[in-house]
Amino acid sequence: MAETKERKLPPPAISEETQAYWDAAGKGKLLVRKCTSCGQAHHYPRTICPFCFSDKTEWVEASGKGTIYSYSVMRRAPVPYAIGYVTLAEGPRMLTNIVDCDLDKLKCDQPVTVVFKPTDGGPPLPMFTPA
Amino acid sequence: MSIKGKAYIAGIFEHPTRLAKDISLAQIHAQCAKGALEDAGLTKDDVDGYFCAGDAPGLGPMSMVEYMGLKVRHVDSTDTGGSSYVLHVGHAAEAIAAGKCKVALITLAGRPRAEGMATGTVPRSRGGTPTPDDPFEFPYGPTVVNMYANCAMRHMYEFGTTSEQLAWIKVAASHHAQYNPHALLKDVVTVEEVVNSPMISDPLHRLDCCVITDGGGAIVVVAPEIAAKLKRPKVKLLGSSEFIKTQMGGKVDLTYSGARFTGAAAFAEAGVKPSDMKYASIYDSFTITVLMQLEDLGFCEKGKGGAFVADGNLISGVGKLPFNTDGGGLCSNHPANRGGLTKVLEAVRQLRGEAHPKVQVKNCDLAIAHGTGGSLGLRHGSATVILERE
Ligand SMILES: [Zn+2]
Repeated sequence: MAETKERKLPPPAISEETQAYWDAAGKGKLLVRKCTSCGQAHHYPRTICPFCFSDKTEWVEASGKGTIYSYSVMRRAPVPYAIGYVTLAEGPRMLTNIVDCDLDKLKCDQPVTVVFKPTDGGPPLPMFTPA
Repeated sequence: MSIKGKAYIAGIFEHPTRLAKDISLAQIHAQCAKGALEDAGLTKDDVDGYFCAGDAPGLGPMSMVEYMGLKVRHVDSTDTGGSSYVLHVGHAAEAIAAGKCKVALITLAGRPRAEGMATGTVPRSRGGTPTPDDPFEFPYGPTVVNMYANCAMRHMYEFGTTSEQLAWIKVAASHHAQYNPHALLKDVVTVEEVVNSPMISDPLHRLDCCVITDGGGAIVVVAPEIAAKLKRPKVKLLGSSEFIKTQMGGKVDLTYSGARFTGAAAFAEAGVKPSDMKYASIYDSFTITVLMQLEDLGFCEKGKGGAFVADGNLISGVGKLPFNTDGGGLCSNHPANRGGLTKVLEAVRQLRGEAHPKVQVKNCDLAIAHGTGGSLGLRHGSATVILERE
């Protein structure tokens, strides 16, 4: 339970392109980038859609709900942590940590919900916890 | 234009060291180059094409061409991680077929042990301008081992693959490594020993991982008219292919690798099929890497890799598909944390009939070498070559 409290998280190296994503994270909101030409959301966010190459993309707020696609508990670390992909309700799968839970009881396809965890001097990181 | 029959592997060398405390990085590159050229019966003045990747010092070809005193008219420093050197064999053949060079030298070297590099269990630090993916990945702690472990976890979930099945891959490699005097790990291990070794990142145990070694190797690829004049057995390139597999904008699928595409393309170019292969060099950073590539290359159905590798099927003289008969990255050598070059070397030894007698495949006339570089669970480069003994 104390896992994320003890684990120091490095801040993301923010580029101009994704500043808004991190500003939103600071307010506890998870954004995804959606293309208005093909209608698909993608991750990580880009201004030009990686599916149809349209530049008509916009930020939309995600529901924060998803399921674990895959994960691994990194045992060989000062503080063990779970790293994996979560399939967002909006479609894209994002790399993240699964936190605030018993790491030995995680399962693929398990429902999760977003939480935000502070970094060392940067905006918080969206992570997920069992729903 | 096809590269089929347009180039031959004439010289190979694998550095015997596994811990290079007293030699420099450039020195290892040059020692390997010298070894491979001598093996071919060529000199450095015959070399007119040079290939290297991110393990080379400085700006790669600029630094190494000068250090070795080469005069070349074609260079290529494409870096797809550990698969680079398999890809370089294909690129060398393309350059030779296009008349851009006749004697292509490929080198690899590294000293991760001597330099005390934290290799597989620490997130790789970012230098310079971060890659676009970096802010969305690095803070979460991806390491080499935990992202390959993500692939293994999903494979187990979807297909019922077991730790015992994965362990058979290490067991097979260890059976081969016992005959390699240079192998870092020479002891034969059992399935029980693999699954009872410490968990590094679920579901991968310590013995599911490759070794960390210093060293290097080199390959000389030549035009047919050069190969015809040399005394060594002739190893002809029949097909090659490369692919970059990504997260596809968030449509992540960890159940397959780029080998799905490179295998199909290389076999098509060669005009042969997986079941024709007498020997397979398969990139083995982890046991799961081997299992997924075997499926993707078409040696068995997707999801059936666990059953395919079990019960010694990869052990030379025992199973149907002898693999990594030098002990591979899992037991022998993974120089510079890049295992592609040594995959080509053992395939050439098998085709020449120069593998250790205990692991030499009888009448070995067709072989495949396949590499995966980068991270199987994040993004990776795949490269395949099909080789024939002429
Ligand atoms: Zn689009």
